[in-house]
Amino acid sequence: MFAGLRPRRMLLCTAVLLASASGFAVSLQSSAASDIDVGNVGGMTLRLALPIRQTSGSAGRAIFDHDRLFVITPFPHSVLALNLARTDASVLWRYSPRADGMAAGLATGHVTTDGAVLSAGRLFLNTFDGHTIALDAATGGVVWDVAMADVERGETLLVAPLAIDDRIYIGNSGSDFGVRGWMAALNAATGRMLWKRYNAGPDVEVGIGEGFSSPYLPREPDLGVTSWPANAWQQGGGGLADAPIYDAPLGLLIHTTGHPAPMNAEQRPGANYFTSGLFARDALSGDARWFVPINPHDLYGFGAAGSLIPADIHWQGNNRAVLIHPDANGMVYVLDRSSGQILSAHPFLEVNASEGLDARSGTLRGNPAKAAHVNSTTRDICPAWPGATGGTARAAFAPQTGLLYIPVSRLCMDMEARQASFMPGTPYMGANLRIKPPRDSNRRGALLAWDVAAGRLAWSADESLPVESGVLATAGGVVFYGTLDGWFKAVDASSGRPLWQFHAASAIVGQPIGFQRADGRQYIAVAAGVGGAAGAVAQKEIDIRDATAARGYANAIRDLKPAATDGMLYIFSLP
Amino acid sequence: MLLIALALLACKREARELRTDPPATDALNGVVPMANRINGGLPRIFIAQGSPYENNAYQLGQGKRLYDWFNCKGCHANGGGASGPALTDGRWRYGPDPVSIFLTIRDGRPHGMPAFANRLTTEQIWQLTGYVRTMGAYSAQTAAPSRNDEMQSRPAENRAPAATEIRMPPSR
Repeated sequence: MFAGLRPRRMLLCTAVLLASASGFAVSLQSSAASDIDVGNVGGMTLRLALPIRQTSGSAGRAIFDHDRLFVITPFPHSVLALNLARTDASVLWRYSPRADGMAAGLATGHVTTDGAVLSAGRLFLNTFDGHTIALDAATGGVVWDVAMADVERGETLLVAPLAIDDRIYIGNSGSDFGVRGWMAALNAATGRMLWKRYNAGPDVEVGIGEGFSSPYLPREPDLGVTSWPANAWQQGGGGLADAPIYDAPLGLLIHTTGHPAPMNAEQRPGANYFTSGLFARDALSGDARWFVPINPHDLYGFGAAGSLIPADIHWQGNNRAVLIHPDANGMVYVLDRSSGQILSAHPFLEVNASEGLDARSGTLRGNPAKAAHVNSTTRDICPAWPGATGGTARAAFAPQTGLLYIPVSRLCMDMEARQASFMPGTPYMGANLRIKPPRDSNRRGALLAWDVAAGRLAWSADESLPVESGVLATAGGVVFYGTLDGWFKAVDASSGRPLWQFHAASAIVGQPIGFQRADGRQYIAVAAGVGGAAGAVAQKEIDIRDATAARGYANAIRDLKPAATDGMLYIFSLP
Repeated sequence: MLLIALALLACKREARELRTDPPATDALNGVVPMANRINGGLPRIFIAQGSPYENNAYQLGQGKRLYDWFNCKGCHANGGGASGPALTDGRWRYGPDPVSIFLTIRDGRPHGMPAFANRLTTEQIWQLTGYVRTMGAYSAQTAAPSRNDEMQSRPAENRAPAATEIRMPPSR
């Protein structure tokens, strides 16, 4: 069935690549223009394998522009600009920002980077240690560099910036350290801050005023204060949980907010607004337009993690501008982009932490039997804290099939809440966590194809390990994704039938990209390098005899070995 | 009956020093580290007191409580590590001896370990040092901390098998 390269031939090929003088060299020249589709993807071959001197997770999305490929490596970061016009894809420039080593200890969950963004000849990136940097894409020279997050307090920048017109949008991370979440806009030319809005606190700091409406919130002022115990919002977390998006016709910036701190929910009675939800803001002023509480009073640290995918689809007889959001809590949400109204919400896998959506409040009915309590262990909560999807696992929507491709983890957990004390710069967590594999530990992950209009599962491809990579759905009807055991796979978008696979040197948690060069030929690129939330088991000094190690992953993933090689960047095309 | 009573009286009860004298606390801070801040000389009072932070169950038990209260778990889990390295695997980035661990907690280390000098007293840092050294149990110890009153996630201190790679089935 797999028409891909046999492992032996592949090994030889890679060896040749690595042995060559420049570290890699395969001709990128091509003869005939061609498009990758279901019929020919089986013949896709490796065109380039570039070692990236980094073993930790390469989650970033490489950027293709005018025969240049920009790659950003995990912390401590380097940015590489590769010249694809030359047969050896030589390095045009390399930039390594000065790194604050203390940030290395803050990387809970995904020790990765989210990549950079290219806009108007400039490359914008967030460093994990809290800098937003603008580089000249032609030379790699620094245009500006501003410190936006304070590593000493556990604050980091984990999610890549978003560039719209002459503005750069960034949001902080650090909910595990009790860092108050915010979203900010910078002037792309100078790095000067245009506005900064918090995800908890008084209305004036959150940006709530005229023009804000939400059917799912009580009509009261300062919900970001009153839904918390006294002053708890100041260390209440709620940083950015996933990549923000921009809706140009509406002028809306839509972003997720992360989980409230501490994870012990009994320490923060109340709904804990505006953490664990979806915010829409006016992109120019930062003023809030609507908010949907996805997991208010978040019991399990889900945040509102999960991809935000704008789509214009045929919905119950009308064309509608919707937002598709597969959430960490195991539900696929379809919302109206302009109002935030929830059009539908269905579970995409088995969950027991919640029992369906309450249409009036827009939130899930929690299962009291699975609530976590201080000093007592609640067993078998599904999904586990990393969520059913989210983080590096980014979903993709293919308009031609109407299917949403969701990379998922099918994990459950035992959780014991503990009293947490807030000390800036140390984790503000308050939970003992032990993740459990499902009964059949050969299906801890999967790629699911979800029929958005019908609200049901179309097909699924089970994986032994959680799927933590991003998904690429091409116009040719092929879906690409990677696995933690190092397979890069192509399946049929309509049926899930395996079409091609390639074994990488390490786990794949990155985002595959497709691009077309001037010759008209399509290329697929992906980075390998173990990382992501689950990959923490394999990359740090972890002792799996402790079931709570790596936030409980040590109990569920004992078969992932540390990678023997550096991270790699692979580029494929048809021969 | 009388004999039993006499025999029990002969048992030496382990002393609990609930509060160290201020001069002793000052002296306990006087470690003599090597130039690279790894290993070094113990304060003389540490040994003169009979190394209570190594072999007094009360002191180790206090260390265990501090380990929970001061957010050590957020990074090091219950010894297995998370964003910080494991403390039970017998591998130490900055040395396994009491002076190294004391310095690690008091002054912090590069790559993420914050300093706790302003958050803990010298006595508490020694209690924590003693407890951290019992977690891995790669050497025989005469004292163990108090029992666990929370989720059991690993073999008890001083009951753990030697720190080699062991394939255990996951907890169900």
